[in-house]
Amino acid sequence: MSTPSSPPKKSWSWRSQAFRGLLYQIIAIVVVLLAVLYLAHNTTTNMKLRGIQSGFDFLTGPAGFDIGESFFAFDSGESYWRAYLVGFVNTLRVAVVGIVLTTLLGTLIGVGRFSRNALIRGLCSAYVEFFRNIPVLLQLLMWYLMFTEVLPASNEPLVFGPFFLSKGGLNFPIPEWATGHVWGAWGLLAGVIGAVLYRSYAKKSFEQTGRVKSMFWAPLAIVLGAGILGWLLGGAPTALNMPVQGEFAIENGGALTPEYLSVLLGLTIYTAAFVSEVVRGGIQSVALGQSEAAAALGLSRGQTMRLVMLPQALRVIIPPVTNQYLNLTKNSSLAVAIGYPDVVSIANTAINQTGRAVECIAIIMLVYLSTSLFTSITMNWYNTRSAIKER
Amino acid sequence: MSATTFKPIEARPAPVKTDGLVAWIRFNLFGDWKTTLGTLIIGAFLLAILPRFLNWALVQAVWVPNFEACHVEGAGACWGVIVEKFRIIIFGRFPFEEQWRPLIATLLLCSLLVASCMRMFWKAWLGLAWVVVLGSFFLLMSGGVFGMSKVDTDRWGGLPLTLLLSSLSMAMAFPLALLIALGRRSNLPAIKSLCTIYVELIRGVPLISVLFMASFMFPLLMPQGFNIDVLVRVLAGITLFAAAYMAEVIRGGLQAVPKGQIEAAATLGLSYWQTQRKIVLPQALSMVVPGIMNNFISTFKDTSLVTIVSLYELTGSMSLALNSDADWRPYKIEGYLFIALIYFGFCFSMSRYSLWIEKQVNKSKLR
Repeated sequence: MSTPSSPPKKSWSWRSQAFRGLLYQIIAIVVVLLAVLYLAHNTTTNMKLRGIQSGFDFLTGPAGFDIGESFFAFDSGESYWRAYLVGFVNTLRVAVVGIVLTTLLGTLIGVGRFSRNALIRGLCSAYVEFFRNIPVLLQLLMWYLMFTEVLPASNEPLVFGPFFLSKGGLNFPIPEWATGHVWGAWGLLAGVIGAVLYRSYAKKSFEQTGRVKSMFWAPLAIVLGAGILGWLLGGAPTALNMPVQGEFAIENGGALTPEYLSVLLGLTIYTAAFVSEVVRGGIQSVALGQSEAAAALGLSRGQTMRLVMLPQALRVIIPPVTNQYLNLTKNSSLAVAIGYPDVVSIANTAINQTGRAVECIAIIMLVYLSTSLFTSITMNWYNTRSAIKER
Repeated sequence: MSATTFKPIEARPAPVKTDGLVAWIRFNLFGDWKTTLGTLIIGAFLLAILPRFLNWALVQAVWVPNFEACHVEGAGACWGVIVEKFRIIIFGRFPFEEQWRPLIATLLLCSLLVASCMRMFWKAWLGLAWVVVLGSFFLLMSGGVFGMSKVDTDRWGGLPLTLLLSSLSMAMAFPLALLIALGRRSNLPAIKSLCTIYVELIRGVPLISVLFMASFMFPLLMPQGFNIDVLVRVLAGITLFAAAYMAEVIRGGLQAVPKGQIEAAATLGLSYWQTQRKIVLPQALSMVVPGIMNNFISTFKDTSLVTIVSLYELTGSMSLALNSDADWRPYKIEGYLFIALIYFGFCFSMSRYSLWIEKQVNKSKLR
């Protein structure tokens, strides 16, 4: 009696998983390639038919439009790539400041939900529920409306000391430029180096003697002290460029436009609701026994937070917070809806003027992909540093 | 030598009361000096803000659609604007006398959505109901048959459009996301990298650039003379965008399924698709229900972006309603608050529902 023979094992048979896998992959690649070729073919014929030129050469031509708000001087005669640069800087201005503010506000509200005070707890959860559940575009529009309709005109602004708030935006005093400030900056730099040196010394001394040295307040004092010292050595300039009430508008001082303020405020408040949920989840994920054990070892509340709770919570918090940072950066593209000239808004104008949709959208994508990549790499680096190393 | 006598410590006085409202307030509002300070500061703040807000929103508010009454000095919120412009805000540019059609369509879609959320309706015929309801939705909106006049898609707007965009894109994004997530977990390098490239490209760019692409570039990509409605293009854009995000959520769930499960399935002789369908996906999907619901909520909110490419969904039709009328233009705040409330209602109930369904799914894990 013969044993039932197993199917013949030819390497290129339909039954071989490797063969089928290869076949699927070839089919997938061919389909995708064909689709891409088809779309590219359509695009080129369409562009030929409509007489649209292609290529990035338009970037060097004059832009021909003014930008309401730019970090450096720009006028309509300058080239498109300068316009894009202005837009990019404007996007970064929202993203960077927004990320910092969101982190602060989000942490505050996330921690606030553990408060012993019921009012604080309630307010924080109301904040989260409210701002999370309304589209961010709507919030931006609402803030913009607040600035442009509800606030008084710029010839009779709301005055808070040296700050003026009006339809023209926020005006505030800035320090008058003087060489003393450069001295102060050098002082700060020296302080940072000193603080780093001090920290490595404190760490070594802790490992040798077991004595805990201040790892936060002392370095902070070194940095600030050195900065102030440098500023004093530079002659301690205190002159401020104060905003003054002009006849029609407010003059001098620093100014933030209502567009920038609405984008910043809207994105910060929206994203902070999400960050606070992440922070809450992170803190909740640390087992209660950890803080009890820390207390049993005699660590102070601050030490427990810094040495036991935070390292474990951060492990949970950092990846989703990175996502929120990326979201904030991408949502800054909504600025186009209220006329803040970010990179999307510049690209939109460029599309309307030159008709080069493909190139302009490629630039938008390039900008956001590279910004996102930069943020992810930075945060991943921080994440590996703060991850708990297991043996 | 006298032995120290044992002296028990005096017992602490019993707390006055440990339950009930008074004890709760004592502990939660005035527990220690920090809590008390917080209560006082926030209480003062609320006392300063709340009465003024309530005064504006309710006491001094004008409820009649009369803009002259709103102009009066000291008048609060002008809710009359909602009464006056209600139909344009909700239905956008749809022909005024035909607005019973979007109304019925919206009600149909809403009740289907609610029904789909209930456990007792989770039967096979629910899929059929979806087909029927979506079909009649399109029929009612576009017309052209049964004596209904034809309405082009560029006049669709308001809440029906928001609901249509969000529910259709979610429904289409889900299967796509499932395939992409499986692709990213596949052993086949080419398929894996194609899926990865797709997800990373889409996740790297803002939705608005995808929408711009759908409205500006799509006509270029299609053969000459082939025109797709802008609504469909935008819908495709949102779907592709939502699918990339949802794929990542699902991938998280797939990763969390223990390897032993797949090995056991292989031992039983199940094929790849059988393993995925019967073993992996049920476990993975039930783990990521909260993530998927979050995705639904964000897609719902994201549909408001189509207003930037000139489709008048809820946000767009609200601006449309008030911008076109100089008398009512100053009362945009009230209009925005009104649609914010609509969005809030939908999103909040979705997130509550997500909590409930999470509980349902986790029942198997409770002992």
